[in-house]
Amino acid sequence: MDQVVLTIKENAPIARDVYRMVLAGDVSAVTAPGQFINIALAGSFLRRPISVCDCTGDALTILYKVVGHGTAQMAQMAPGERLDVLTGLGNGFDLRAAHGRVLLVGGGIGAAPLYWLARELKMRGVDATAILGFNTREDIFYAPEFSALCARVILATADGSCGVKGFVTDAMDGVEYDYFYTCGPEPMLKAVYRASKSDGEFSFEERMGCGFGACMGCTCKTITGWKRICKDGPVLRKGEIAWAD
Amino acid sequence: MGRLSVNLCGIELDNPVIPASGTFGYGAEFAALYDINVLGTFSFKGTTLAPRYGNPTPRIAEAAGGMLNAVGLQNPGVDAVIAEELPKLRKVFHKPVMANVSGFSTEEYVKVCEKLDACPEIGWLEVNISCPNVHGGGMAFGTDPKAAAEVTKAVKAVTTKPVIMKLSPNVSDITAIARACADAGADALSLINTMLAMRIDLKTRKPVLANTTGGLSGPAVFPVALRMVYQCAKAVQIPIIGLGGVSSAEDVIEMMLAGATAVQIGAQNLTQPFICRDVIARLPAVMDAYGIENLKDIIGGAL
Repeated sequence: MDQVVLTIKENAPIARDVYRMVLAGDVSAVTAPGQFINIALAGSFLRRPISVCDCTGDALTILYKVVGHGTAQMAQMAPGERLDVLTGLGNGFDLRAAHGRVLLVGGGIGAAPLYWLARELKMRGVDATAILGFNTREDIFYAPEFSALCARVILATADGSCGVKGFVTDAMDGVEYDYFYTCGPEPMLKAVYRASKSDGEFSFEERMGCGFGACMGCTCKTITGWKRICKDGPVLRKGEIAWAD
Repeated sequence: MGRLSVNLCGIELDNPVIPASGTFGYGAEFAALYDINVLGTFSFKGTTLAPRYGNPTPRIAEAAGGMLNAVGLQNPGVDAVIAEELPKLRKVFHKPVMANVSGFSTEEYVKVCEKLDACPEIGWLEVNISCPNVHGGGMAFGTDPKAAAEVTKAVKAVTTKPVIMKLSPNVSDITAIARACADAGADALSLINTMLAMRIDLKTRKPVLANTTGGLSGPAVFPVALRMVYQCAKAVQIPIIGLGGVSSAEDVIEMMLAGATAVQIGAQNLTQPFICRDVIARLPAVMDAYGIENLKDIIGGAL
């Protein structure tokens, strides 16, 4: 983990209530897709944990949805503004576990961390299919970006306004895969857990105090013991998750 | 002995800055960030006899100038702390550590203190009779002078280490509890623990915290904490550790002027992980600005 000052290079809407922000500076502590950063905002005591959508040598990209006053404040920020950020938080996805045909399942803003993962998988020559679920057409983002990296991209919308009508699990029917990675709201993760036919990894969200394992604010129970979502997660292996069915 | 040193119950601290229990784990996360030997000491995570998972999530909520937590004393239990955490700590921290002890009965406090008394790494026992986030324990002892005195006496009987009683602000007269602990033989007091609070989510119309209520900490509580430290410093002769919303070198000095011998920093560690190191580094310049030669000279300076 590092505490660094990053400069906003870009901050613009890409879908309904969804923004992309590019932050430049020392991002060397960010080492794996699936990690997150924790952003300090003027006027708020707690930082805002946001997953990393992409990371290159000197900049990282986050996608965020405006859901409260913190993200609303972020949406008003302009290029050139500087942010106090804790970087390189969480374990991230385990790329070494990918084998055979890989499936990526993203729900809403949960698709964000899968983008960097898709880029890493492409670099390793892995055959990946992405299923991206949204409520409606206006919510869709990054479909062309995923298409550039994945052999196949399947969109699903709850109202049927684009792609498969229904949830990501409806789109999973008929897709063959040997390993999967997923991120999205918890009800979706539970549905993917039940529908999945292989081993895989789940990225979780929880209200956090610190983001680096100090406060025990985000602990959950797993098969292998108590885990802090921020430090021992946010990515958990399917076999660790203590969901009844 | 430097300009920053203070003496806490017979043990010399290089400086008065102590990360507060519950915000610093057992030291490992922060030892990975900076050399934690720059601290006066730190107070480790509240430890009970048996392992405790704590409360369901969400355990954290935001507030203006602070945060609410309802972690509920998650800890691996005293035996695991002694067998696993203290050996790890010994490798990265070479000063006496403050052990924070929680319990649900006088017997439990006694048993945990007995076990920790045998650990050479531990300098002080800080007895938490003020956790607002668990039922049937913690704060129940810290809101009744008789119960507070009973725990103090019982713990003092089983340890030779200095006993610090950690007090709750959720009382109408904190000096009554402070006097009861002092009269029962406490070596020092620490105050304040968090203030009982709650938030409601407008969308769900339900409490944000799964536990309904939680403890408020952060800069919002600093003036309340300062007032209580001042009142207790007038009421008792034993040393006081001041805490509650401390977030700068200036706050440390203000707490000491109110009567604190040492100062703990809590919530701020969670949002500014380097805060304790930075406050310690800044203290000499702030002392110079206010004409303070030695920090120990200002303890109780406003009384």
